Amino acid sequence: MSQTITIHHVTRIEGHATIDIHLDGAGKVDHTDFHVTQFRGFEKFVEGRPYFEMPAITARICGICPVSHLLASSKACDAILAVRIPPAAKLLRELIHMAQFVQSHALSFFHLSAPDLLLGFDSDPALRNVVGLIEKHPEAARDGIALRKFGQQAIARLAGERIHPSWTVPGGVNKPLDSSTRDEILSEIPIARSILRRTLKMFKHVRDGFKDEVESFGATPTMHAGLVSPAGHLRLYDGIVKFIDAEGKAVAHIEDPIEYSGVIGEASMSDSYLKSPYFKPLGFPSGVYRVGPLARLNVADSCGTPEADDELADYREALGRVVQSSFYYHWARLIEATYAVERMEQLLNDPRILDTHVRATAGVNSNEGVGIIEAPRGVLIHHYKVDDNGAMLWANLIVATGHNNLAIREGVKQVAQRFVDGNALKEGAVNRVSALVRAFDPCLSCSTHAYGSSPYRLRLISPDGTLLDQK
Amino acid sequence: MPSKISIRIDGELVHARLGQTILEVAAENNKPIPSLCSMKGLRPVGACRLCLVQVEGLGRMLPACTTPVQDGMSVTTDNAKLRGYRQMIIELLLAERNHVCAVCVANGHCELQTAAAKLGVMNTRYAYRYPNHKVDLSHSRFTLDHNRCILCSRCVRACAEVEGAHVWEIGGRGIGSLLVCELNRTWGESKHCTACGKCVQSCPTGALAEKGFAVEEMTKKPEPVSRIAAFREVRP
Repeated sequence: MSQTITIHHVTRIEGHATIDIHLDGAGKVDHTDFHVTQFRGFEKFVEGRPYFEMPAITARICGICPVSHLLASSKACDAILAVRIPPAAKLLRELIHMAQFVQSHALSFFHLSAPDLLLGFDSDPALRNVVGLIEKHPEAARDGIALRKFGQQAIARLAGERIHPSWTVPGGVNKPLDSSTRDEILSEIPIARSILRRTLKMFKHVRDGFKDEVESFGATPTMHAGLVSPAGHLRLYDGIVKFIDAEGKAVAHIEDPIEYSGVIGEASMSDSYLKSPYFKPLGFPSGVYRVGPLARLNVADSCGTPEADDELADYREALGRVVQSSFYYHWARLIEATYAVERMEQLLNDPRILDTHVRATAGVNSNEGVGIIEAPRGVLIHHYKVDDNGAMLWANLIVATGHNNLAIREGVKQVAQRFVDGNALKEGAVNRVSALVRAFDPCLSCSTHAYGSSPYRLRLISPDGTLLDQK
Repeated sequence: MPSKISIRIDGELVHARLGQTILEVAAENNKPIPSLCSMKGLRPVGACRLCLVQVEGLGRMLPACTTPVQDGMSVTTDNAKLRGYRQMIIELLLAERNHVCAVCVANGHCELQTAAAKLGVMNTRYAYRYPNHKVDLSHSRFTLDHNRCILCSRCVRACAEVEGAHVWEIGGRGIGSLLVCELNRTWGESKHCTACGKCVQSCPTGALAEKGFAVEEMTKKPEPVSRIAAFREVRP
């Protein structure tokens, strides 16, 4: 007797993707599919667990940005406690978040994307990696490693561990900052700033060589979303989620996190385990929007720190007020890293940050809580429902990569149409399609690069369904 | 019969008092034997079997926590065979429930975790059972997570012998055994729990914990429970 097992799409992903490219009768790209093929199941298996375990459990979703999940989860738990966390705790959470932004952006730019940018998309794939980068551009490789180390060490100094620290808890953090740790982190800030200055200069120098990529890397105008302060500054820890249309006009705001579901809908795709969030007023699949560094700089009026604002002015002078090409995620990422380092300095120099009152305690005062934060890859939403005893009844997690799913799908098609032709896949074309996905720095690329083998499986399919080529 | 006797532990001649257990004498003589269910001041029950030792002249192994010393006894507390059995016991405990250290409230302060590390248990040879146990969060101050319980019964004994409340019991049989609260009530419905927390402090793992504590935050303090028990014993 046969039976059918249906797995509903309640998953988080960070792993492998398959891209299908379908050709028409003339051998041209007809359409493409972007499949995310891993099942995680976090939303389901947390049911029944105490809500105060959620930060630690959900941090395991990611090894690159566990701090984002820790913080989004802690914020959702703060809402369940219905407390306002102590000011020092808020500053400390933002501080560790900034450190994470620096390390994550450094990883994305230097370790994952710089081989494409500095060695070229068509260079020898055997050397188009961080090892090749060390050979040809040792100074950039050194800067990348040093910048990531700065961020990781700051996380370890604050929270005791570089990955999956347990410092952030519902109600605040569980240990105050001492002055010697503050001074240690402060002493390393000038080095981080000089690395970013050099890197921005280098990026501005090399970007002219990528005209084709700029035009075809997901350059279709979309909406953008990101956190901003009430004054319109870039915000990464806390703020209002602002949506702008392709021309830059504000179209929606989420001021109270619990209201997110009125603006963001979630569609499940039959060919992917990654949900596709969409802008509800426009419906699915028209409500495409992007999140992450590019979107955040489009949404914010300014960064709010001097050096990042200077860089933002250069960026806007070169590219305009609303930047649509996903190729410029890289530039935006570097500006954000500059902002993060400057913000770290501001936070460490705030005398309130040494206050020892860093945790608010309470029981379950609300049966529902939502935490929204900007992860390095974009808006991250944790939504929990608990019973009166604090047992998890239901969870919904919208990870940053999810918001970009529709845009990545659109971008894959655009890049394929530009670079894929005929019945065989050229290596450079394969790499450009992969690089489009990489520009978004999706969570699925984290595990990818850690294992060293290509997680992308590209298949070229003829109109009758025959597999013509695969890489 | 003399109250002072001599026994050999791992070949070394040591003095002991009649009525002491092998576990106690070994500990006094700086030869600690791993154990999970024994706790100073509580009646030994030999539940975990981790303290199995070899006694010369006997073909089977005996639990050190429940075996009284006898004059002239020669005990082996550590050799390859005993280490193998102890590793097996830890592996079976880990496979039986859902022990996920990374997200456990007692991570870094857990006796099961410490014992596993000391015995060099890196993984288990047995298939995990992944039982579907609920977490009892009904008590206002404490949590009970059966997924992390090793059925050592330290909580049962602390509650009965020290606090005198008799809230806890082990229900069921064999693999179906489960810590139960007062004829299978939820902890929050308990009619006798004094919320003293002795069971929580006695628990060697994260099974019993204080509510609201996040991962790694629960450190246990069983010593005061042992001190109260010792104080009670010397009273008439």
